[in-house]
Amino acid sequence: MTDESRPPRENLWLLTAAPFIWLAHLLLSYITGAVWCAKIAGRGGSLGAARAAIAVYTLLALAGLALVGWRAMRRRRPVEPGPAREYDAPGDRDRFLGRTTLLLTGLSALAVVYAALVALFIRSCR
Amino acid sequence: MTRFALSSSPDTASGRRRRATIRATDLALLAGVAALVACAGPQSALDPAGRGAERIAELFWWMTAGTVVVWAAVMALAFYVSTRRREPGPRAPGVLIVGGGVVLPVLVLTALLIWGLALLPSLLAGVDAEPTLFVTGRQFWWEVVYRTSDGRVVPLANELRLPVGRPAVLQLDSHDVIHSLWIPALAGKVDMIPGRVTRLTLEPSRTGVFRGLCAEYCGLSHAHMAFVVAVTEEHEFAEWLAHQAEPASAPASPLAARGQELLLAHGCGACHTIRGTLADGDVGPDLTHVGGRLSIAAGTLSSDPRAFQRWIEAPEQVKPGVHMPAFAMLPQADREALAAYLEGLK
Ligand code: HEC
Ligand SMILES: [Cu+2]
Repeated sequence: MTDESRPPRENLWLLTAAPFIWLAHLLLSYITGAVWCAKIAGRGGSLGAARAAIAVYTLLALAGLALVGWRAMRRRRPVEPGPAREYDAPGDRDRFLGRTTLLLTGLSALAVVYAALVALFIRSCR
Repeated sequence: MTRFALSSSPDTASGRRRRATIRATDLALLAGVAALVACAGPQSALDPAGRGAERIAELFWWMTAGTVVVWAAVMALAFYVSTRRREPGPRAPGVLIVGGGVVLPVLVLTALLIWGLALLPSLLAGVDAEPTLFVTGRQFWWEVVYRTSDGRVVPLANELRLPVGRPAVLQLDSHDVIHSLWIPALAGKVDMIPGRVTRLTLEPSRTGVFRGLCAEYCGLSHAHMAFVVAVTEEHEFAEWLAHQAEPASAPASPLAARGQELLLAHGCGACHTIRGTLADGDVGPDLTHVGGRLSIAAGTLSSDPRAFQRWIEAPEQVKPGVHMPAFAMLPQADREALAAYLEGLK
């Protein structure tokens, strides 16, 4: 790592990014489906274009999650060797946040894929 | 009992133990029998008689087998951990947590999700079946309407008949609160929501008489909101439907004729329809062929004259909260006449 000497920017925001993407994906998919069936396709109609839209949301969400995951990975520097300590130096906290962010990214990606699976199998508004 | 309690000899304990063992085996036997009995019969999802229920039962058995495997694996692991001598390697906990806590559940849940989702469209498939059925949930009974392609509209209540081997699509609705229609032996349940039409496809695979019920708490007599489903051969079904489309038969005896007069005189017709007579209410079930139903009061009573009398005298006692007044003030002879008339409406 080149910026090892610089103190890491302690930042909680990246932690919330992955769940936020999950939330946005679910809401968008849901609203698109509801509006499509209520206003355009009708009760027995085909989900058609709504499924395509959900596919696009899913690709965007997964791309976003990949980006977050990549940034989180970079924060997981190896533990600095040294005497035993409390593990709450800025570097440790940053490493912890990075790890948590990465786990949340995995969870969110799974949730996004599960939501998208519904659109893959269900073809009609029924 | 007292003798055992007073004495403190060693017999006491063994005696108690023996009784306790007997009781335990009795209980186990009873539970086993109960479990077996509960698996068969007219209202069991594990004794399927329709395509939807067959798929659901299949899923149930796979999941049961899966949980047994998981349980056995966890038990084996616990046994292994408590008996082995060797210390675990430094990586073992990580492997266990990631493997057993993340990878395995994700795989299992994904498989189940895909299975369930793949199952759904086939259960919902809306073929244009003939006749079309409309079922409306009402506190605490079922309004049923058959509509045939040649324009016949047949209003019925509290009973479904279906031809075996072909799909029937039910359009479900509710008149008051949310109900849910469930015929465990035929398919999964679907909610009946006021102001909204939901659909349920039934595809019975064998003939028989099954029980359906309301599966969403809907008021005092929710537990008495059931109905009979009779699955018959195609020609029997056609005959039955043709008969149901006809108006009520004329009273066959003087007693029944008097019953018909009483029925009209006491205002039953303000709530009930008997096609072919002046009774044309729509608050309660259509009674045109009520005597031919396999049960009355929504699967609660049999359809014999005594049951009709009991119902007319004290519906509230049979079904608390029912929306039909009691006619206990009528003389016994009048209630008998009414019952004779209704029972004759085959
Ligand atoms: C205020 C309206 C009302 C009046 C008046 C009324 N009923 Fe009812 N009746 C109902 C309702 C509602 C039900 C359905 C009850 C339930 O199962 O929850 C019912 C159910 C029945 C049933 C059972 C039908 C079935 O399909 O199982 C019979 C039989 C019946 N009534 C007979 C009578 C007779 C006979 C009279 C006159 C003496 C009468 N009712 C008067 C409302 C009424
Ligand atoms: Cu109900």
